[in-house]
Amino acid sequence: MSISIEEVEKIARLARLSFSPEEKQKLQQELSAILDYVGQLKEVQDKIVEKPYDDPDSVNLMRDDVAEESPIKLELLAQAPAREQGFVKVKSVLE
Amino acid sequence: MDLTDLTIKQAAELLRRKEISSVELTQAHLERIKKLEPKLHAFLHVAESEALKQAEEADRLIGEGENSVLTGIPYAVKDNILVKGFQATAGSKILENYIAPYDATVIKKLKQAGPVFLGKTNLDEFAMGVSTETSAFGLTRNPYNLEKVPGGSSGGSACAAAASEALFALGTDTGGSVRQPASFCGVVGLKPTYGRCSRYGLIALGSSLDQPGVMAKTVEDAFSVFQLMAGQDEFDSTSLPKAVPDYSKHLHQGVKGMKIGIPKEYFVAGIDPEVRAVVEGTIKKMEELGAIVSETSLPHVQYSIAAYYIILPVEISANLSRYDGIRYGLSVPSEDLASGYYQSRASGFGPEPKRRIMIGTYASSAGYYDAYYKKAKQVQGLIKSEFTQAFGEHDLLLTPVSPHPAFGIGEKSSDPLSLYLEDIFTGPLNIAGVPGLSLPAGLSKSGLPIGVQLIAPHFAEERLLQAGSALEQALGLKLKPDL
Repeated sequence: MSISIEEVEKIARLARLSFSPEEKQKLQQELSAILDYVGQLKEVQDKIVEKPYDDPDSVNLMRDDVAEESPIKLELLAQAPAREQGFVKVKSVLE
Repeated sequence: MDLTDLTIKQAAELLRRKEISSVELTQAHLERIKKLEPKLHAFLHVAESEALKQAEEADRLIGEGENSVLTGIPYAVKDNILVKGFQATAGSKILENYIAPYDATVIKKLKQAGPVFLGKTNLDEFAMGVSTETSAFGLTRNPYNLEKVPGGSSGGSACAAAASEALFALGTDTGGSVRQPASFCGVVGLKPTYGRCSRYGLIALGSSLDQPGVMAKTVEDAFSVFQLMAGQDEFDSTSLPKAVPDYSKHLHQGVKGMKIGIPKEYFVAGIDPEVRAVVEGTIKKMEELGAIVSETSLPHVQYSIAAYYIILPVEISANLSRYDGIRYGLSVPSEDLASGYYQSRASGFGPEPKRRIMIGTYASSAGYYDAYYKKAKQVQGLIKSEFTQAFGEHDLLLTPVSPHPAFGIGEKSSDPLSLYLEDIFTGPLNIAGVPGLSLPAGLSKSGLPIGVQLIAPHFAEERLLQAGSALEQALGLKLKPDL
Protein backbone atom coordinates (compact mmCIF):
# COMPACT_ATOMS: atom_id res chain seq x y z
CA MET A 1 0.00 0.00 0.00
CA SER A 2 1.51 3.29 -0.95
CA ILE A 3 0.08 6.71 -0.29
CA SER A 4 0.63 9.74 -2.48
CA ILE A 5 2.23 13.08 -1.64
CA GLU A 6 -1.23 14.64 -2.10
CA GLU A 7 -2.61 12.29 0.56
CA VAL A 8 0.26 13.18 2.91
CA GLU A 9 -0.60 16.85 2.39
CA LYS A 10 -4.29 16.23 3.00
CA ILE A 11 -3.68 14.32 6.24
CA ALA A 12 -1.22 16.99 7.38
CA ARG A 13 -3.91 19.63 6.87
CA LEU A 14 -6.44 17.61 8.86
CA ALA A 15 -3.89 17.23 11.68
CA ARG A 16 -2.74 20.88 11.57
CA LEU A 17 0.84 19.90 10.86
CA SER A 18 3.16 21.34 8.24
CA PHE A 19 6.15 19.65 6.58
CA SER A 20 8.96 20.57 4.23
CA PRO A 21 9.06 18.87 0.79
CA GLU A 22 11.84 16.53 2.05
CA GLU A 23 9.84 15.64 5.16
CA LYS A 24 6.79 14.90 3.04
CA GLN A 25 8.76 12.52 0.86
CA LYS A 26 10.19 10.70 3.87
CA LEU A 27 6.74 10.50 5.47
CA GLN A 28 5.28 9.09 2.27
CA GLN A 29 7.72 6.18 2.46
CA GLU A 30 7.43 5.65 6.21
CA LEU A 31 3.65 5.84 6.31
CA SER A 32 3.36 3.46 3.36
CA ALA A 33 5.58 0.90 5.13
CA ILE A 34 3.61 1.20 8.37
CA LEU A 35 0.25 0.95 6.57
CA ASP A 36 1.55 -2.15 4.74
CA TYR A 37 2.34 -3.72 8.09
CA VAL A 38 -0.97 -2.90 9.79
CA GLY A 39 -2.77 -3.96 6.59
CA GLN A 40 -2.11 -7.58 7.59
CA LEU A 41 -5.24 -7.31 9.76
CA LYS A 42 -7.17 -7.90 6.52
CA GLU A 43 -5.97 -11.52 6.78
CA VAL A 44 -8.13 -12.01 9.86
CA GLN A 45 -11.40 -13.27 8.47
CA ASP A 46 -14.38 -11.06 9.07
CA LYS A 47 -16.48 -13.99 10.23
CA ILE A 48 -14.10 -14.63 13.14
CA VAL A 49 -14.23 -11.11 14.42
CA GLU A 50 -17.77 -10.10 13.51
CA LYS A 51 -19.17 -10.99 16.90
CA PRO A 52 -18.42 -8.12 19.27
CA TYR A 53 -16.52 -9.16 22.35
CA ASP A 54 -18.82 -9.10 25.33
CA ASP A 55 -16.92 -7.84 28.34
CA PRO A 56 -18.91 -8.04 31.58
CA ASP A 57 -16.59 -5.48 33.23
CA SER A 58 -17.18 -2.85 30.57
CA VAL A 59 -19.96 -0.67 31.87
CA ASN A 60 -20.08 3.07 31.41
CA LEU A 61 -19.41 4.93 34.63
CA MET A 62 -21.09 8.30 34.23
CA ARG A 63 -21.30 11.24 36.58
CA ASP A 64 -23.96 13.92 36.49
CA ASP A 65 -23.14 16.64 34.00
CA VAL A 66 -22.83 19.40 36.56
CA ALA A 67 -20.32 22.23 36.25
CA GLU A 68 -18.19 22.80 39.34
CA GLU A 69 -15.73 25.49 40.29
CA SER A 70 -12.18 24.18 39.88
CA PRO A 71 -10.00 24.65 42.96
CA ILE A 72 -6.98 25.18 40.68
CA LYS A 73 -8.52 27.65 38.22
CA LEU A 74 -5.70 30.19 38.63
CA GLU A 75 -2.94 27.59 38.25
CA LEU A 76 -4.57 26.31 35.07
CA LEU A 77 -5.03 29.80 33.66
CA ALA A 78 -1.42 30.66 34.47
CA GLN A 79 -0.32 28.15 31.81
CA ALA A 80 -2.11 29.98 28.99
CA PRO A 81 0.13 32.19 26.83
CA ALA A 82 -2.46 34.97 26.58
CA ARG A 83 -5.07 35.88 29.21
CA GLU A 84 -7.49 38.69 29.91
CA GLN A 85 -9.79 39.17 32.92
CA GLY A 86 -9.64 35.54 33.98
CA PHE A 87 -10.18 34.19 30.45
CA VAL A 88 -7.90 32.52 27.93
CA LYS A 89 -7.39 34.98 25.08
CA VAL A 90 -7.47 33.72 21.48
CA LYS A 91 -7.11 35.33 18.09
CA SER A 92 -10.38 36.14 16.37
CA VAL A 93 -12.06 33.15 14.73
CA LEU A 94 -14.46 35.12 12.53
CA GLU A 95 -13.40 38.10 10.47
CA MET B 1 27.12 0.15 54.24
CA ASP B 2 26.18 1.81 50.95
CA LEU B 3 22.64 3.05 51.52
CA THR B 4 21.90 3.00 47.80
CA ASP B 5 22.35 -0.79 47.75
CA LEU B 6 19.31 -1.29 49.97
CA THR B 7 15.88 -2.47 48.88
CA ILE B 8 12.76 -0.58 50.00
CA LYS B 9 12.06 -3.32 52.52
CA GLN B 10 15.56 -3.15 54.01
CA ALA B 11 15.63 0.65 54.08
CA ALA B 12 12.18 0.83 55.70
CA GLU B 13 13.31 -1.56 58.42
CA LEU B 14 16.47 0.49 59.13
CA LEU B 15 14.42 3.69 59.16
CA ARG B 16 11.90 2.16 61.55
CA ARG B 17 14.69 1.04 63.91
CA LYS B 18 16.20 4.55 63.53
CA GLU B 19 19.54 3.06 62.47
CA ILE B 20 19.48 5.43 59.52
CA SER B 21 17.55 8.63 58.82
CA SER B 22 15.65 9.53 55.67
CA VAL B 23 17.94 12.55 55.31
CA GLU B 24 20.98 10.21 55.20
CA LEU B 25 19.20 7.86 52.79
CA THR B 26 18.13 10.76 50.56
CA GLN B 27 21.59 12.35 50.62
CA ALA B 28 23.18 9.06 49.60
CA HIS B 29 20.87 8.86 46.59
CA LEU B 30 21.40 12.51 45.65
CA GLU B 31 25.16 11.97 45.77
CA ARG B 32 24.85 8.91 43.58
CA ILE B 33 22.74 10.90 41.13
CA LYS B 34 25.42 13.61 41.07
CA LYS B 35 28.12 11.06 40.42
CA LEU B 36 26.32 9.02 37.74
CA GLU B 37 24.15 11.48 35.83
CA PRO B 38 26.97 12.78 33.60
CA LYS B 39 27.26 9.18 32.31
CA LEU B 40 23.65 8.02 32.35
CA HIS B 41 21.27 10.99 32.00
CA ALA B 42 18.32 9.21 33.60
CA PHE B 43 16.92 12.44 35.07
CA LEU B 44 15.49 15.52 33.37
CA HIS B 45 15.17 17.35 36.68
CA VAL B 46 16.57 16.68 40.15
CA ALA B 47 14.66 18.30 43.02
CA GLU B 48 17.53 18.36 45.50
CA SER B 49 16.44 20.94 48.06
CA GLU B 50 12.79 19.84 47.99
CA ALA B 51 13.89 16.22 48.47
CA LEU B 52 15.88 17.07 51.58
CA LYS B 53 12.91 18.99 53.02
CA GLN B 54 10.65 16.00 52.45
CA ALA B 55 13.26 13.74 54.07
CA GLU B 56 13.33 15.94 57.19
CA GLU B 57 9.54 15.75 57.34
CA ALA B 58 9.71 11.96 56.92
CA ASP B 59 12.20 11.71 59.79
CA ARG B 60 9.80 13.69 61.95
CA LEU B 61 6.94 11.30 61.08
CA ILE B 62 9.13 8.30 61.80
CA GLY B 63 10.14 9.88 65.12
CA GLU B 64 6.46 10.08 66.00
CA GLY B 65 5.93 6.47 64.97
CA GLU B 66 3.61 7.47 62.12
CA ASN B 67 5.51 5.72 59.34
CA SER B 68 4.48 3.21 56.69
CA VAL B 69 6.75 1.15 54.44
CA LEU B 70 7.33 4.05 52.01
CA THR B 71 7.90 6.85 54.54
CA GLY B 72 11.24 8.50 53.80
CA ILE B 73 11.95 6.29 50.75
CA PRO B 74 13.47 8.23 47.81
CA TYR B 75 11.81 7.72 44.42
CA ALA B 76 11.80 9.08 40.87
CA VAL B 77 8.89 9.81 38.53
CA LYS B 78 8.71 9.60 34.74
CA ASP B 79 8.29 13.08 33.31
CA ASN B 80 4.84 12.38 31.86
CA ILE B 81 3.28 11.97 35.33
CA LEU B 82 2.17 15.19 37.05
CA VAL B 83 3.81 16.16 40.34
CA LYS B 84 2.38 19.50 41.48
CA GLY B 85 4.78 22.42 41.13
CA PHE B 86 7.32 20.54 39.00
CA GLN B 87 7.93 20.30 35.28
CA ALA B 88 6.10 17.67 33.22
CA THR B 89 7.65 17.83 29.76
CA ALA B 90 6.66 14.35 28.51
CA GLY B 91 10.06 14.55 26.80
CA SER B 92 8.69 17.12 24.33
CA LYS B 93 9.64 20.68 23.41
CA ILE B 94 5.95 21.48 23.24
CA LEU B 95 5.74 21.08 27.06
CA GLU B 96 9.25 22.33 27.87
CA ASN B 97 7.99 25.11 30.16
CA TYR B 98 4.88 23.40 31.51
CA ILE B 99 4.55 23.23 35.30
CA ALA B 100 2.13 20.66 36.70
CA PRO B 101 -0.80 22.47 38.37
CA TYR B 102 -1.92 19.37 40.33
CA ASP B 103 -0.79 15.90 41.40
CA ALA B 104 -1.65 12.80 39.39
CA THR B 105 -3.89 10.56 41.49
CA VAL B 106 -1.15 7.93 41.86
CA ILE B 107 1.23 10.65 43.15
CA LYS B 108 -1.42 11.99 45.53
CA LYS B 109 -1.95 8.50 46.91
CA LEU B 110 1.78 7.83 47.29
CA LYS B 111 2.38 11.20 48.99
CA GLN B 112 0.09 10.13 51.84
CA ALA B 113 2.73 7.53 52.75
CA GLY B 114 5.49 10.18 52.83
CA PRO B 115 8.08 8.99 50.30
CA VAL B 116 10.79 11.42 49.12
CA PHE B 117 10.39 12.71 45.55
CA LEU B 118 13.85 13.01 43.95
CA GLY B 119 13.00 14.25 40.47
CA LYS B 120 11.65 13.57 36.99
CA THR B 121 13.07 10.99 34.61
CA ASN B 122 13.69 10.93 30.88
CA LEU B 123 11.40 9.23 28.36
CA ASP B 124 10.69 8.94 24.67
CA GLU B 125 8.74 11.98 23.48
CA PHE B 126 5.17 11.58 24.78
CA ALA B 127 6.21 8.00 25.68
CA MET B 128 6.35 7.15 21.96
CA GLY B 129 9.28 4.83 21.62
CA VAL B 130 11.15 1.82 22.93
CA SER B 131 14.63 3.25 23.49
CA THR B 132 14.29 6.73 25.09
CA GLU B 133 16.07 8.02 21.98
CA THR B 134 13.09 10.13 20.80
CA SER B 135 13.27 12.38 23.90
CA ALA B 136 13.68 16.03 22.93
CA PHE B 137 16.13 16.39 25.82
CA GLY B 138 18.84 13.87 24.94
CA LEU B 139 19.18 10.14 25.33
CA THR B 140 19.60 7.96 28.43
CA ARG B 141 22.22 5.20 28.57
CA ASN B 142 21.92 1.61 29.75
CA PRO B 143 23.71 1.25 33.11
CA TYR B 144 25.05 -2.19 32.07
CA ASN B 145 26.60 -0.91 28.86
CA LEU B 146 26.75 2.79 28.09
CA GLU B 147 26.64 2.13 24.33
CA LYS B 148 23.24 0.43 24.63
CA VAL B 149 19.77 1.91 25.04
CA PRO B 150 17.95 1.53 28.38
CA GLY B 151 14.75 0.59 26.54
CA GLY B 152 11.70 2.77 26.63
CA SER B 153 9.66 4.63 26.86
CA SER B 154 10.27 4.67 30.65
CA GLY B 155 14.04 4.41 30.06
CA GLY B 156 14.98 7.09 32.59
CA SER B 157 12.98 5.42 35.36
CA ALA B 158 14.40 1.96 34.58
CA CYS B 159 17.92 3.36 34.47
CA ALA B 160 17.46 5.27 37.76
CA ALA B 161 16.16 2.17 39.55
CA ALA B 162 18.85 -0.11 38.08
CA ALA B 163 21.71 2.30 38.83
CA SER B 164 20.48 2.73 42.45
CA GLU B 165 19.79 6.43 41.90
CA ALA B 166 16.33 5.86 43.41
CA LEU B 167 14.79 3.06 45.48
CA PHE B 168 11.88 2.88 43.07
CA ALA B 169 10.65 4.74 40.03
CA LEU B 170 7.26 5.23 38.43
CA GLY B 171 6.68 4.71 34.73
CA THR B 172 3.79 4.39 32.33
CA ASP B 173 3.05 1.39 30.12
CA THR B 174 0.99 1.63 26.93
CA GLY B 175 2.57 -1.20 24.93
CA GLY B 176 5.49 -2.32 27.11
CA SER B 177 7.00 0.96 28.30
CA VAL B 178 7.53 -0.26 31.87
CA ARG B 179 8.29 -3.94 31.21
CA GLN B 180 10.74 -3.66 28.28
CA PRO B 181 13.07 -1.06 29.88
CA ALA B 182 12.87 -3.01 33.16
CA SER B 183 14.06 -6.07 31.23
CA PHE B 184 16.84 -4.15 29.44
CA CYS B 185 18.07 -2.62 32.73
CA GLY B 186 17.68 -5.64 35.02
CA VAL B 187 14.95 -4.40 37.36
CA VAL B 188 11.43 -5.56 38.18
CA GLY B 189 8.68 -3.81 36.19
CA LEU B 190 4.95 -4.09 36.93
CA LYS B 191 2.15 -3.11 34.54
CA PRO B 192 -1.21 -3.33 36.30
CA THR B 193 -4.54 -4.33 34.75
CA TYR B 194 -6.09 -1.57 32.65
CA GLY B 195 -8.50 0.09 35.09
CA ARG B 196 -6.60 -0.90 38.25
CA CYS B 197 -4.78 2.42 38.74
CA SER B 198 -6.06 5.87 37.92
CA ARG B 199 -4.71 7.54 34.78
CA TYR B 200 -5.67 11.00 36.09
CA GLY B 201 -2.61 13.23 35.81
CA LEU B 202 -0.78 11.01 33.31
CA ILE B 203 -0.05 12.87 30.08
CA ALA B 204 -2.25 10.82 27.75
CA LEU B 205 -0.74 8.64 25.02
CA GLY B 206 -3.35 5.98 24.22
CA SER B 207 -6.14 6.44 26.74
CA SER B 208 -7.61 2.95 26.28
CA LEU B 209 -4.18 1.33 26.78
CA ASP B 210 -2.19 3.48 29.29
CA GLN B 211 -1.46 2.38 32.86
CA PRO B 212 1.00 3.76 35.40
CA GLY B 213 3.51 1.16 36.60
CA VAL B 214 6.36 0.59 39.03
CA MET B 215 10.05 -0.25 38.66
CA ALA B 216 12.01 -1.51 41.65
CA LYS B 217 14.81 -3.88 42.65
CA THR B 218 12.54 -6.66 43.93
CA VAL B 219 9.04 -7.97 43.29
CA GLU B 220 8.07 -7.32 46.90
CA ASP B 221 9.28 -3.70 46.65
CA ALA B 222 7.29 -3.14 43.44
CA PHE B 223 4.15 -4.45 45.09
CA SER B 224 4.57 -2.38 48.24
CA VAL B 225 4.40 0.68 45.95
CA PHE B 226 1.63 -0.71 43.74
CA GLN B 227 -0.44 -1.50 46.88
CA LEU B 228 -0.74 2.25 47.51
CA MET B 229 -1.34 3.22 43.84
CA ALA B 230 -4.19 0.82 43.08
CA GLY B 231 -7.89 1.58 43.35
CA GLN B 232 -10.80 3.38 41.73
CA ASP B 233 -10.64 7.13 41.24
CA GLU B 234 -13.58 9.46 40.62
CA PHE B 235 -11.36 11.45 38.22
CA ASP B 236 -10.81 8.46 35.91
CA SER B 237 -14.04 6.84 34.78
CA THR B 238 -12.10 3.88 33.36
CA SER B 239 -10.69 2.94 36.78
CA LEU B 240 -12.83 0.11 38.07
CA PRO B 241 -14.51 -0.40 41.46
CA LYS B 242 -12.65 -3.61 42.29
CA ALA B 243 -11.47 -4.22 45.85
CA VAL B 244 -7.68 -3.99 46.23
CA PRO B 245 -6.38 -7.05 48.08
CA ASP B 246 -3.67 -7.01 50.74
CA TYR B 247 -0.88 -8.12 48.41
CA SER B 248 1.58 -8.95 51.20
CA LYS B 249 -0.56 -12.00 52.04
CA HIS B 250 0.44 -13.53 48.70
CA LEU B 251 4.16 -13.13 49.20
CA HIS B 252 5.29 -16.50 50.52
CA GLN B 253 2.66 -18.76 48.99
CA GLY B 254 4.95 -20.30 46.37
CA VAL B 255 3.92 -21.77 43.03
CA LYS B 256 3.29 -25.40 43.99
CA GLY B 257 0.36 -26.64 41.88
CA MET B 258 0.11 -23.36 39.98
CA LYS B 259 -0.74 -23.90 36.30
CA ILE B 260 1.59 -21.96 34.02
CA GLY B 261 0.86 -21.73 30.30
CA ILE B 262 3.53 -21.15 27.67
CA PRO B 263 1.91 -19.57 24.60
CA LYS B 264 3.57 -21.27 21.63
CA GLU B 265 3.12 -18.18 19.42
CA TYR B 266 5.72 -16.40 21.57
CA PHE B 267 8.46 -18.81 20.52
CA VAL B 268 8.68 -18.11 16.84
CA ALA B 269 11.80 -17.52 14.81
CA GLY B 270 13.71 -14.35 15.54
CA ILE B 271 14.22 -14.79 19.28
CA ASP B 272 17.81 -14.37 20.36
CA PRO B 273 19.16 -17.80 21.45
CA GLU B 274 20.34 -16.37 24.77
CA VAL B 275 16.84 -15.03 25.53
CA ARG B 276 15.37 -18.40 24.59
CA ALA B 277 17.81 -20.16 26.92
CA VAL B 278 16.96 -17.84 29.83
CA VAL B 279 13.21 -18.39 29.33
CA GLU B 280 13.68 -22.16 29.09
CA GLY B 281 15.80 -22.09 32.26
CA THR B 282 13.03 -20.14 34.00
CA ILE B 283 10.41 -22.66 32.91
CA LYS B 284 12.58 -25.45 34.36
CA LYS B 285 12.90 -23.50 37.60
CA MET B 286 9.13 -23.11 37.78
CA GLU B 287 8.72 -26.87 37.41
CA GLU B 288 11.29 -27.52 40.15
CA LEU B 289 9.24 -25.22 42.39
CA GLY B 290 6.20 -27.41 41.79
CA ALA B 291 4.35 -25.46 39.10
CA ILE B 292 2.55 -27.41 36.38
CA VAL B 293 3.82 -26.05 33.08
CA SER B 294 2.13 -26.77 29.75
CA GLU B 295 1.89 -25.30 26.27
CA THR B 296 -1.03 -23.09 25.38
CA SER B 297 -2.10 -21.04 22.37
CA LEU B 298 -3.19 -17.48 21.64
CA PRO B 299 -3.97 -18.08 17.94
CA HIS B 300 -4.28 -14.43 16.84
CA VAL B 301 -1.75 -12.83 19.18
CA GLN B 302 0.60 -12.16 16.25
CA TYR B 303 -1.90 -9.55 15.02
CA SER B 304 -1.59 -7.57 18.28
CA ILE B 305 1.03 -5.14 17.05
CA ALA B 306 -0.85 -4.41 13.83
CA ALA B 307 -4.02 -3.68 15.85
CA TYR B 308 -1.96 -1.71 18.37
CA TYR B 309 -0.40 0.53 15.72
CA ILE B 310 -3.86 1.48 14.50
CA ILE B 311 -5.68 1.89 17.81
CA LEU B 312 -2.79 3.76 19.44
CA PRO B 313 -2.12 6.34 16.68
CA VAL B 314 -5.85 7.03 16.34
CA GLU B 315 -5.99 7.82 20.07
CA ILE B 316 -2.75 9.81 19.78
CA SER B 317 -4.11 11.96 16.96
CA ALA B 318 -7.13 12.77 19.16
CA ASN B 319 -5.17 13.21 22.41
CA LEU B 320 -2.46 15.41 20.90
CA SER B 321 -4.96 17.72 19.22
CA ARG B 322 -5.10 19.52 22.59
CA TYR B 323 -1.64 20.98 21.91
CA ASP B 324 -2.87 23.98 20.01
CA GLY B 325 -0.74 26.72 21.60
CA ILE B 326 -3.79 28.29 23.23
CA ARG B 327 -4.35 26.89 26.73
CA TYR B 328 -0.87 25.61 27.60
CA GLY B 329 2.34 24.43 26.04
CA LEU B 330 4.43 26.04 23.32
CA SER B 331 2.71 28.92 21.55
CA VAL B 332 4.41 30.41 18.51
CA PRO B 333 3.25 34.03 17.90
CA SER B 334 1.38 34.20 14.61
CA GLU B 335 -0.69 36.38 12.30
CA ASP B 336 -3.93 34.47 12.71
CA LEU B 337 -5.50 31.55 14.57
CA ALA B 338 -4.88 28.85 11.95
CA SER B 339 -1.20 29.62 11.35
CA GLY B 340 -0.71 29.62 15.15
CA TYR B 341 -1.87 25.99 15.25
CA TYR B 342 0.42 24.96 12.40
CA GLN B 343 3.49 26.81 13.68
CA SER B 344 3.14 25.77 17.34
CA ARG B 345 2.59 22.11 16.46
CA ALA B 346 5.24 22.00 13.72
CA SER B 347 7.97 23.42 15.97
CA GLY B 348 6.81 21.80 19.24
CA PHE B 349 6.39 18.16 18.21
CA GLY B 350 9.35 15.98 17.22
CA PRO B 351 9.32 13.52 14.28
CA GLU B 352 7.81 10.53 16.15
CA PRO B 353 4.67 12.28 17.50
CA LYS B 354 4.16 13.81 14.05
CA ARG B 355 4.48 10.42 12.37
CA ARG B 356 1.95 8.85 14.73
CA ILE B 357 -0.48 11.76 14.47
CA MET B 358 -0.33 11.30 10.69
CA ILE B 359 -1.02 7.54 10.87
CA GLY B 360 -3.85 8.05 13.34
CA THR B 361 -5.43 10.84 11.33
CA TYR B 362 -5.26 8.69 8.20
CA ALA B 363 -6.65 5.53 9.84
CA SER B 364 -9.60 7.36 11.39
CA SER B 365 -10.40 9.59 8.41
CA ALA B 366 -13.48 9.24 6.22
CA GLY B 367 -13.25 6.21 3.94
CA TYR B 368 -10.59 4.38 5.96
CA TYR B 369 -12.27 4.02 9.35
CA ASP B 370 -13.86 0.61 8.65
CA ALA B 371 -10.76 -0.88 7.03
CA TYR B 372 -8.42 0.19 9.83
CA TYR B 373 -9.85 1.34 13.16
CA LYS B 374 -13.00 -0.79 13.19
CA LYS B 375 -11.07 -3.86 12.08
CA ALA B 376 -8.38 -3.24 14.71
CA LYS B 377 -10.97 -2.96 17.48
CA GLN B 378 -12.55 -6.23 16.33
CA VAL B 379 -9.20 -7.99 16.34
CA GLN B 380 -8.57 -6.52 19.80
CA GLY B 381 -11.78 -8.19 21.02
CA LEU B 382 -10.66 -11.47 19.48
CA ILE B 383 -7.24 -11.34 21.18
CA LYS B 384 -8.81 -10.39 24.50
CA SER B 385 -11.14 -13.39 24.32
CA GLU B 386 -8.18 -15.66 23.51
CA PHE B 387 -6.39 -14.50 26.66
CA THR B 388 -9.57 -15.13 28.68
CA GLN B 389 -9.77 -18.60 27.19
CA ALA B 390 -6.11 -19.36 28.01
CA PHE B 391 -6.75 -18.27 31.60
CA GLY B 392 -9.57 -20.80 31.80
CA GLU B 393 -6.90 -23.48 31.90
CA HIS B 394 -3.89 -21.62 33.33
CA ASP B 395 -3.27 -19.41 36.36
CA LEU B 396 -0.47 -17.50 34.66
CA LEU B 397 1.32 -17.27 31.33
CA LEU B 398 5.10 -17.03 30.98
CA THR B 399 6.87 -15.47 27.98
CA PRO B 400 9.97 -13.47 27.06
CA VAL B 401 9.70 -9.67 27.52
CA SER B 402 11.68 -8.81 24.41
CA PRO B 403 13.14 -10.95 21.60
CA HIS B 404 16.64 -9.73 22.54
CA PRO B 405 18.67 -7.91 25.21
CA ALA B 406 19.24 -4.12 24.96
CA PHE B 407 20.23 -2.98 21.46
CA GLY B 408 22.82 -0.36 20.52
CA ILE B 409 22.22 3.38 20.61
CA GLY B 410 21.31 4.49 17.08
CA GLU B 411 21.03 0.89 15.85
CA LYS B 412 17.33 1.06 14.99
CA SER B 413 16.48 4.74 15.09
CA SER B 414 16.39 5.17 11.31
CA ASP B 415 13.62 2.60 10.82
CA PRO B 416 10.34 3.45 12.60
CA LEU B 417 8.70 0.12 11.76
CA SER B 418 11.52 -1.96 13.27
CA LEU B 419 11.10 0.03 16.50
CA TYR B 420 7.34 -0.58 16.47
CA LEU B 421 7.97 -4.33 16.28
CA GLU B 422 9.94 -4.12 19.56
CA ASP B 423 6.59 -4.26 21.40
CA ILE B 424 5.85 -7.69 19.94
CA PHE B 425 5.78 -9.58 23.28
CA THR B 426 4.55 -6.79 25.57
CA GLY B 427 1.92 -5.03 23.41
CA PRO B 428 -0.58 -7.93 23.46
CA LEU B 429 -1.12 -7.39 27.22
CA ASN B 430 -2.21 -3.79 26.67
CA ILE B 431 -4.43 -4.89 23.79
CA ALA B 432 -6.08 -7.42 26.16
CA GLY B 433 -5.88 -5.14 29.23
CA VAL B 434 -4.24 -7.84 31.37
CA PRO B 435 -1.45 -7.20 33.92
CA GLY B 436 2.18 -8.25 33.48
CA LEU B 437 5.42 -8.42 35.39
CA SER B 438 8.90 -8.18 33.92
CA LEU B 439 11.41 -10.00 36.10
CA PRO B 440 15.20 -10.18 35.65
CA ALA B 441 16.03 -13.83 34.91
CA GLY B 442 19.55 -13.88 33.54
CA LEU B 443 22.45 -12.12 31.89
CA SER B 444 23.70 -12.44 28.32
CA LYS B 445 27.32 -13.43 27.69
CA SER B 446 28.07 -9.78 27.09
CA GLY B 447 26.63 -8.87 30.49
CA LEU B 448 23.20 -7.49 29.51
CA PRO B 449 20.14 -8.31 31.63
CA ILE B 450 17.40 -10.56 30.19
CA GLY B 451 13.91 -10.55 31.67
CA VAL B 452 10.93 -12.89 31.59
CA GLN B 453 7.31 -11.79 31.53
CA LEU B 454 4.57 -13.23 33.74
CA ILE B 455 1.00 -12.51 32.62
CA ALA B 456 -2.07 -12.78 34.88
CA PRO B 457 -5.82 -12.51 34.23
CA HIS B 458 -7.55 -9.14 34.69
CA PHE B 459 -7.25 -7.90 38.29
CA ALA B 460 -5.21 -10.93 39.44
CA GLU B 461 -1.94 -9.04 40.05
CA GLU B 462 -1.45 -11.00 43.29
CA ARG B 463 -0.52 -14.03 41.17
CA LEU B 464 2.32 -12.01 39.66
CA LEU B 465 3.59 -11.30 43.17
CA GLN B 466 3.16 -14.89 44.27
CA ALA B 467 4.97 -16.45 41.31
CA GLY B 468 7.35 -13.55 40.70
CA SER B 469 8.74 -13.50 44.22
CA ALA B 470 9.06 -17.31 44.32
CA LEU B 471 10.94 -17.25 41.04
CA GLU B 472 13.10 -14.33 42.11
CA GLN B 473 14.16 -16.19 45.23
CA ALA B 474 14.83 -19.43 43.36
CA LEU B 475 16.88 -17.70 40.66
CA GLY B 476 18.88 -15.81 43.29
CA LEU B 477 20.27 -13.28 40.80
CA LYS B 478 22.18 -10.45 42.40
CA LEU B 479 22.26 -7.88 39.64
CA LYS B 480 24.19 -4.67 39.99
CA PRO B 481 25.71 -2.65 37.17
CA ASP B 482 29.42 -1.81 37.43
CA LEU B 483 29.39 1.98 37.31
